[in-house]
This record gives sequence, C-alpha cells and structure tokens, in this order.
Amino acid sequence: MGVGILVEGLNAWYGSTHTLQDINLPIPANHATALIGPSGCGKSTFVRCLNRMHETNPIARATGVVKMGDIDIYKDASPVEIRRRVGMVFQRPNPFPTMSIYDNVISGLKLNGFRNRRILDETVERSLKQAALWEEVKDDLKKKSGASLSGGQQQRMCIARALAVDPEVLLMDEPASALDPVSTSKIEDLIFQLKSQYTIVIVTHNMQQAARVAENTGFFLNGKMVEFDSTHKIFTNPKDKRTEDYITGRFG
Amino acid sequence: MQNSPIREFLSKRGSGSLADNSFAAVMLLCALSIFAIVFFILTILILRSHQSLVQFGWKFFTRQAWDPVSGDFGALPFIYGTLATSLLALLMAVPLALGVAVFLTELCPRPLRAPISFLTELLAAIPSVVYGLWAVFVLVPLMRDHLGPFLVKTLGWTGFFEGANFGVGLLTASIILAIMILPIISSLTRDIMNAVPNSQREAVLALGATRWEMIRIGVLRNSRIGIVGAVMLGLGRALGETMAVTMVIGNHPDISKSLFAPGYTLASVIANEFSEATGDLYLSALIEIGLALFLVTIVVNTIARLMVWAVTRNAPARVH
Amino acid sequence: MSTQPISNQRPPLDLQTRSMRLNTARRNATNYFISALSVLATVLVILPLIAILFYLIYKGASSLNFAFFTHIPAPVGESGGGMANSIVGSGIILLVASLMGIPIGIAAGVYLAEFGRGKPLATAVRFTADVLNGVPSIVMGISIYSLIVLQQKHFSALAGGVALAIMMVPTITRTTEEMLGTVPHAIREAALGLGVPKWRTAISVSLRTASPGIITGCMLAFARVAGETAPLLFTAFGNQFWSFKLNEPIAALPLQIYVYAISPYDEWHRLAWAGSLVLIVLIMVSVTLVRIFANRGVLKGGS
Repeated sequence: MGVGILVEGLNAWYGSTHTLQDINLPIPANHATALIGPSGCGKSTFVRCLNRMHETNPIARATGVVKMGDIDIYKDASPVEIRRRVGMVFQRPNPFPTMSIYDNVISGLKLNGFRNRRILDETVERSLKQAALWEEVKDDLKKKSGASLSGGQQQRMCIARALAVDPEVLLMDEPASALDPVSTSKIEDLIFQLKSQYTIVIVTHNMQQAARVAENTGFFLNGKMVEFDSTHKIFTNPKDKRTEDYITGRFG
Repeated sequence: MQNSPIREFLSKRGSGSLADNSFAAVMLLCALSIFAIVFFILTILILRSHQSLVQFGWKFFTRQAWDPVSGDFGALPFIYGTLATSLLALLMAVPLALGVAVFLTELCPRPLRAPISFLTELLAAIPSVVYGLWAVFVLVPLMRDHLGPFLVKTLGWTGFFEGANFGVGLLTASIILAIMILPIISSLTRDIMNAVPNSQREAVLALGATRWEMIRIGVLRNSRIGIVGAVMLGLGRALGETMAVTMVIGNHPDISKSLFAPGYTLASVIANEFSEATGDLYLSALIEIGLALFLVTIVVNTIARLMVWAVTRNAPARVH
Repeated sequence: MSTQPISNQRPPLDLQTRSMRLNTARRNATNYFISALSVLATVLVILPLIAILFYLIYKGASSLNFAFFTHIPAPVGESGGGMANSIVGSGIILLVASLMGIPIGIAAGVYLAEFGRGKPLATAVRFTADVLNGVPSIVMGISIYSLIVLQQKHFSALAGGVALAIMMVPTITRTTEEMLGTVPHAIREAALGLGVPKWRTAISVSLRTASPGIITGCMLAFARVAGETAPLLFTAFGNQFWSFKLNEPIAALPLQIYVYAISPYDEWHRLAWAGSLVLIVLIMVSVTLVRIFANRGVLKGGS
C-alpha cells in the first residue's frame, strides 16, 4: 500500500540556478498526481527531490521538508533507504544492457543482496504481470537481454523493475515521452490500474495524459508551483490566470 | 501485502554508507598511488644518484669522459647519441607517418582501411627485443653490404658517411627506431585528423580545391598543433627506447659526425653497464643518467600531451 | 586594384584562359603527386612489417622443436636445449604483475570516471597517468632495482613483477576511465533509483556494462609488458635453470631472447628466433582468447 507525501518549503538549486522555489504540496496516498508545466519549469527536478536523486549530481542541492508517511526523508533516512521505498521510472527506458529480462526485473533486489530464489521467481512474474508485459516475454525471460526489447516493452520492463522492490511510491518522469502512441496508451492503462495500490506521481508535458490518469494535478512554472487542485478543477476552472493560459495553449 | 518479505528485507538493509565511503576511499587511494609511483621513482633516483650529483654537478652533462677505471664520468656522448638517433628517426618516421595518416583518413578505399590500420597497429605490438633481433640479423647485414656503400657513393661528400661501416652504428639504430615509432605517430595523427570536422573539408572542397589542397588547407592546417604533439610523443618514445637500440648501436661512447660510427644512448648505457657497474660512483653516475632520462621524457611527454589534448579534447571519443 | 571604379557590369569570368588552364594542370599534378607519395609511404611502412613477420615465421618455425618447450637452456657448445624455464618464468612474472597492476589500474579508472568527474584532482591523476605511461621502461627497471633489489639484496621474480605492474597501471587506468565514460548515465541512475548503493552500482552496473572494453584494455596492457625486456634486466635478471620462487632470480622469455641474440653462437641465434616467434604467438593467443571469453558472457541483443 502506498503512503502519502507532504512537501513543505522545498527549495532546490543546480549550481547557482534556483530551480525550485519554496514548493508546498500534499500528495495523497494511493492516488495518481500529475505535474504539468512547460519544459524547464522544475517539475522533473521536483520528482527527483522526492527520492533524493536530485543530489546525485555533484552541483545540485536541496533544502526543505519532505515527509513520506511519518519520516522526513532529508533528516531521518539515507538516500539509499529512501530510494528503496520509492520506485522511479525515467523519461527514456534505461534497461541494464548486460542483464537478461529476468535479471533486469529483479535487479533492485539482487543488487541489494536479496537471495531467496522462490521469492525472486514469484516477484518477476508478479511485477511483469503488473506491468502487463508477462505474456509477451514469459518464454525468453532468461534468454534475451533487456536491451533487445522494443522501446515500449523496455519501458514497461522498467516499470516492472521499479515495482519489483515493492515500493510505496512510484515516481514517473515523463514515462511515455519517448514512446509511440500505442505504447503510450498501454502505459497510461497501467498507471490507471496501479494507482489503487501505489502513490503515483507522474510528470508529463502532455495535458491530455494528466487529465486521463490523475486525480490531482499541479501546475509548475519557472520553478514555482502555481496551482494544485483536483485534475477536473485545474482543467475546467483554474483559479490562476497563468494556469488558464497554459491549459488553453496560450503559451508553452 | 502490508509487510511483504521483500519490503521487510529491504527496510532492514542498512544505509550502506560505510561500504560506500570505504569503497570511495579505496578507489581514491588507488588513483593517488599513481602520484605515489612517480614520486617514488623520482625520490629513489635522486637518492641513489646523490654521489654523482655532488661530485660532478651540472658539468656531468657537458663532460665527455666516461672512464669507469679512473672514476671519471660525463654524459655528453650519451646525450649526443640519444639526440642524434632520435632526431634522425623522427626525420625518417614523420614524413612516412604523415603519409600513412593522410592515406588512411583521406584517400584509402574503405575496405582497405581496417586491414592497414590493423597492420600498422600490429607493428606497435611487436616487442622491442624482437625488433632488435630482426635488426641484428637483417638490418645490420643490409646496412653493411648494400645500403652503406650506396650512401657512401651518393652522399659521401656530405661527410656524414665516413669511416668503417660495420653495419652497426647511429644510422642503423635510427632506422630501427624510426620503424618502431612510426605506428605511434601515424595512429595518433590519424585520430587527430579524424577529429577535424567534415564541414572544414567540405568548405574547402566547395571552393573548387583539389583533394590535396583540401587536405593541406582543411585538414593539416587545422590539426597542426595536434600533429606536432603526436611527433613529440614519438620523440618521447624514441628517447627512452632501450633494447633494440642497444643491440645495434655499437655501444661505444664516441661523439662522431659519421653516422656509421658506433654510439651510445642514455638508455643503452644503462642497459649495458648497469649490472656490471662496480663501485658506488659508477652506479650512481648510471642512475643519474636514468634520472636525466626520466626528467627529459616527462617534459617531452607533458608538452606533447598538452598539444594533443588541445586538439582532440572536444572531439568525440574514438569508438574502439 | 582598390582604385578601380566600381562598375555595375562585372566582366564575365573566363575559366578557359591559358594561365587558368595551366594553373589547373599544375594543381592537379600536385594532387596526384602527393597522393602517390602517401601511397608510397604506406607501402614503405608495411614493407618492414611484412619483412619482420616473414623472418620471424621463417626463422622461428624452422628452429622450433619439441625440446624447445620442455628443456632448459643447454650449456655453451652443446646443441639442443630449449626455453621451457623462460616460458614458465615469464608466466610467473606476468601473473604477479597482473595481480597487482590490473586491480590498481581499474580502481584508479573507477575513481576517475565515477567519483572524480570535473575535480581538479582527477585531472591531475589523469595527466600523471599519461606522463607515467611515457616513462622509459629502463628507468622503471633501475627504480625498482633501487627500491626492491637493493633492499632484498638479490634479484627476484617479485621485483620483475612489480616493475611490469607499474607499467600496466597507467594504460589500464586510462582505458577503464574511457570505457566507463561510454556507459550511459541513465543506467547508473536506474540502479541508484532502485536504492542500490553507489559502490554496488559502480561494480555491478558501470563496470559490468563496460567490461568487454576494460578486459580488452587490460589485455593490451598485458601484451605490452609481456614483451618488455628492459625493466627485467636488473630485477628478474634471468636464470639458466628452473625457478618457481618469487624471491629468486627467474628466467623470462624476452630476457633470454636478448641474451641469445647478442651472443656469438649460431645455435643460440636459432633459439632466439624460435623464442621470438613463441613470444609473439603467446601474446596474440592470450589476447584473442580473453577477447573470445569476454564476448561470450554478453547476451545477444545487448549493446
């Protein structure tokens, strides 16, 4: 089951660029939350702050409070511990090229030292089924490299890989931006099914996508969060003029 | 679902920060060991050559004497031999290497490109001692019986080809050196020429230039600093090359204008006399020669690297 | 020229004047001449290579026999004998060198690629490695002599191994760094995003992905030092008899080739050729074998 996230006063920098300015946002558990905004508005940086991936870049820095359940991820835990509880799917599929499909899916477990074969086998099947990939690959799990799949299949495998560690939160950074329309709709279906079990945060530049999958939507602009509300309200009756301009296509 | 075995297992794994920090520390230590190696070499060479450094001072490098019996040592003949053979080798190797590089990057039909680069790189994989062996049994007789007399006949008037020609000597050593440094210079030059963007070539061709003019203006002019760097790297290799040179240079501390005369290089005197050096001063003088060789090659290589970096730094890495 | 009045009507460009045609002919001639020269240069370079390989195979193969691989050198004047002890000795020295040089070289490369990005310290290490790479091998020989042999008071296989190990480090470091640089950053992020610690990511993801290139780099470094003679002259020293101990003088193939090549005996010259052929074949075979093994582990479809 997922866990809610409470963000208070989050600031982030890249070198001297202030990329996130004082973000406050409650993300409800077991729902999908979409983040929209023009490119460079800080939405990707924001999700990377939620699992402390932001700080893997030596020039990057973040301050503020991010509460996941009852722990403050910047105070009460190490980055490694947080990332084990939070799955992440990146913009482009990034399978491990030297590993088979099987090893790719359970890499988060194996690389962290998990050895129980029976559970590993079960996990591969469970997460590939959750990612709607099981039927397509079940016959060559150990024969084929993860990199030999098509782009859409790779991305679903990456989702399975993120689900295999049994996370509480699933972060998706424009997961369909590098995919064709058919693969995109498959990924959207997936998110729709997964959101009852996980807290999902999805970054997208595609407003229709946000409207289709998410209950709540936040609009980012120039490093600030302009508006956060239920998706329906954001798209039909936004409070802020800038949100309205963006969703009606007047800029960006 | 509330507490699956996986979630339980992962939550019990520690932060791993201890492992992370020690791993980073070990990697850093290994990287620093490269500094340590250079530092150790330098220190030990200075310590062990102390006696000679004190006794002869800077004059060591301008004195011609090399007399182990009376303990009188000077490095001039070796410096001369090293410079003469290296420069002569460059004189022979550079035009050829440039020719090969131009051929491979600009003129060579595509199917021939890979085998020829492979062959030239194979040259680099042959051990020095095998070159030496070949030189002793093929190049030396060739020099004695054919090439030498021919040079005397055609270029004898220059005064560079006088005296008895035994086949061994400065010229033979230079030729084998040239063969050995050719692959280094030509493969580096090739990389540097490949780093010149195609737009430069097209720009010149579009002005109606012939292929040679395109190479001269579009390619060579753009890569000349890098090429000089490549030549310097070849020089660095030639200065320190030991075995093949020792086997064919004649090993005699003479300074002679004739290229047929036997000579000695800094590296070959160490190779030849180090294990039989009796007396501390003798050994110390040989180690000082090693120190000089070390410092000179470091300077030459540093300049060369800077030049090559200046050109290839922004180019995409070569795919191996 | 500059004083000419500007006219609106430009005279038509005549490409067929006599001087123009002459110029074109001259330029074309230069072009062909230079092209011919560069072809000639390539031929001149390939010629000695073919000569060396031909001589090596011709002279070496005719001198090779079974005894070469099973016997130790015969005393002067006696015919026969082989280089069995040198082959084994080279193997021991190279094993020692690889055990020390490869881990240190790879670790230093990992530092440069995974931890040192953009740091001035990394630039300094990189540069020092390049410079160390150019240090003459004979200098390495006398340094290790002074450092180890003089302390131990005798020549040893260990000293030879250390000298060769030091020569392997900079090459391996630079290839490792270069190969790790080709591993896409996205793959590291994937591992880090799964909560894999950085050290595990570096070993199981970055290094493993780059492993074919790194193994090839290690083999090239190995091949380069396998033929080195100069650093062994005053460290391993050579030995006419069997020796398996690390703290005793030991025979090595390149050393034995050198000794035989400059000797005055025909029988020994024969052995030198045979030894050279064996040395080169051993180098080539080990490089090829490792490449094949390195490629076998990679799954189909992986890039």
